[in-house]
Amino acid sequence: MKDEPFVPPMTSGGMIGANPSFFDLLARNRPDALPRGIQVTAEDARGVAHGTTVLGLKFAGGVVFAGDRRATEGYAIADDKMEKVFAADDYSAIAIAGAAGQAVEIVKLFQLELEHYEKITGARLSLEGKANRLGQMIRSNFPMAVQGLVVVPLFGGFDHKRHEGRIFYYDATGGRWEEDDFHATGSGGRPAKSSLKKRWRPGLDRDAGLQVAVEALVDAAEEDIATGGPDPTRGIYPTVVVVTAEGAARTTDDEVRAAYEAVVAAGAKKKGGTA
Amino acid sequence: MPYVPPEQMMKDRSEFAHKGIARGKSVIGTEYSEGILFLAENPSATLHKISEIYDRIAFAGVGKYSEFEDLRISGVRLADLRGYSYGREDVRARDLANAYSQALSTIFTQQMKPYEVEILVGEVSEEPGGDEIYHILFDGTVTDEHGYVAIGGHAEALTNALKEAFKPAWDLPTAVRESVKALRSAEGREVEVEAIEAGVLDRTRPVRRKFRRLDEEEVASILSK
Repeated sequence: MKDEPFVPPMTSGGMIGANPSFFDLLARNRPDALPRGIQVTAEDARGVAHGTTVLGLKFAGGVVFAGDRRATEGYAIADDKMEKVFAADDYSAIAIAGAAGQAVEIVKLFQLELEHYEKITGARLSLEGKANRLGQMIRSNFPMAVQGLVVVPLFGGFDHKRHEGRIFYYDATGGRWEEDDFHATGSGGRPAKSSLKKRWRPGLDRDAGLQVAVEALVDAAEEDIATGGPDPTRGIYPTVVVVTAEGAARTTDDEVRAAYEAVVAAGAKKKGGTA
Repeated sequence: MPYVPPEQMMKDRSEFAHKGIARGKSVIGTEYSEGILFLAENPSATLHKISEIYDRIAFAGVGKYSEFEDLRISGVRLADLRGYSYGREDVRARDLANAYSQALSTIFTQQMKPYEVEILVGEVSEEPGGDEIYHILFDGTVTDEHGYVAIGGHAEALTNALKEAFKPAWDLPTAVRESVKALRSAEGREVEVEAIEAGVLDRTRPVRRKFRRLDEEEVASILSK
């Protein structure tokens, strides 16, 4: 097999056993394909599309991750249908803000990393293991972050050992922190977090969790030019992935629309409207 | 070193590999209406003979565990690298079978001892009728199998038993029952349910990854009917 020659693994002092990391495999075989191989100037970095606001919160059955759909290039809107929230594997999700191309590539690599590990070893990584691995991958992107291509993900999923959902967030250096309740990041992260602070309560059910997430994105869009709010006329709604003990699944647009309509109705009521 | 004629050397190596494989257990691969079934007797529940390689591709090996495990891991690496470099649909069992054939043939002629393994690589198609099963021998010989195939210690007896029983497009429960029956008759003894390892590539699975293991409970319930 040309891509991976058969080498006896027990060279003196070397590690024994098969390395289950796809990232390492790629670095060995095709170092040019790694995102860290590109050289950019700060000037270039400004002309690159950036994804904006993503958030994650815990609810009774697990975690909800949501993100708006806008990508910006400086003051221009680069894309109004970008996806920033993904299922990482069957029981975890990842949401990304930052340099869009770079971020999407890291998600793709991370998804492959988890699948590759599972196939090589025959077992899934623990949630803790997945969170650590992601931190290391973000760290390897650090030289790019210095040049302006910052990628900051939110990661979380269902921990079958603890029987609960967990959320982790990262900075550009790969630093990893665990969040107890909710977290938001990206350009609209601050207003989104303020909104979550007011609306989030422990033990939310799924529908309420969805509604709190959508409301935080609506609030972020009102405060931040780079965050796109839901657009009912064009049928563009935030991307939402829900992870429970049964697995990770993307919610349908209909479900997100219903949550958005509930948010609008509640807002109108507050202002003395008729809804 | 005394001179050994190449014919003699190949013959010795062949015999050596054959003997190694004949001591081990067998694996059956068979097409059924919704995909491909792999079934084996395997006393271990964790050291698998049958595994997933990629979205539509699975692997089965007999012989020396460390050697076919090595091949399996190399296959997963090759497939994942290809899928990342090109596209997921560009990872094909045929390429993988060719790569295995090249590797095994090199090992057979150039290493101290040949691998004592035989492997199957299966790929399930989107529509019925296009499934592929490749059979690769320790010396790199590849054959393209249709309907059913058996490898390992009792390959011949199993093939004869399957020849009688096989019906094109049979359903999964029938395929499992007949495969287990063939295994029992070839071994000439009872094969316990807990010692049966089975996995399918099921084209009707609504997810990208079509490989699925049948657990003991499922196999037991199929066999009880």
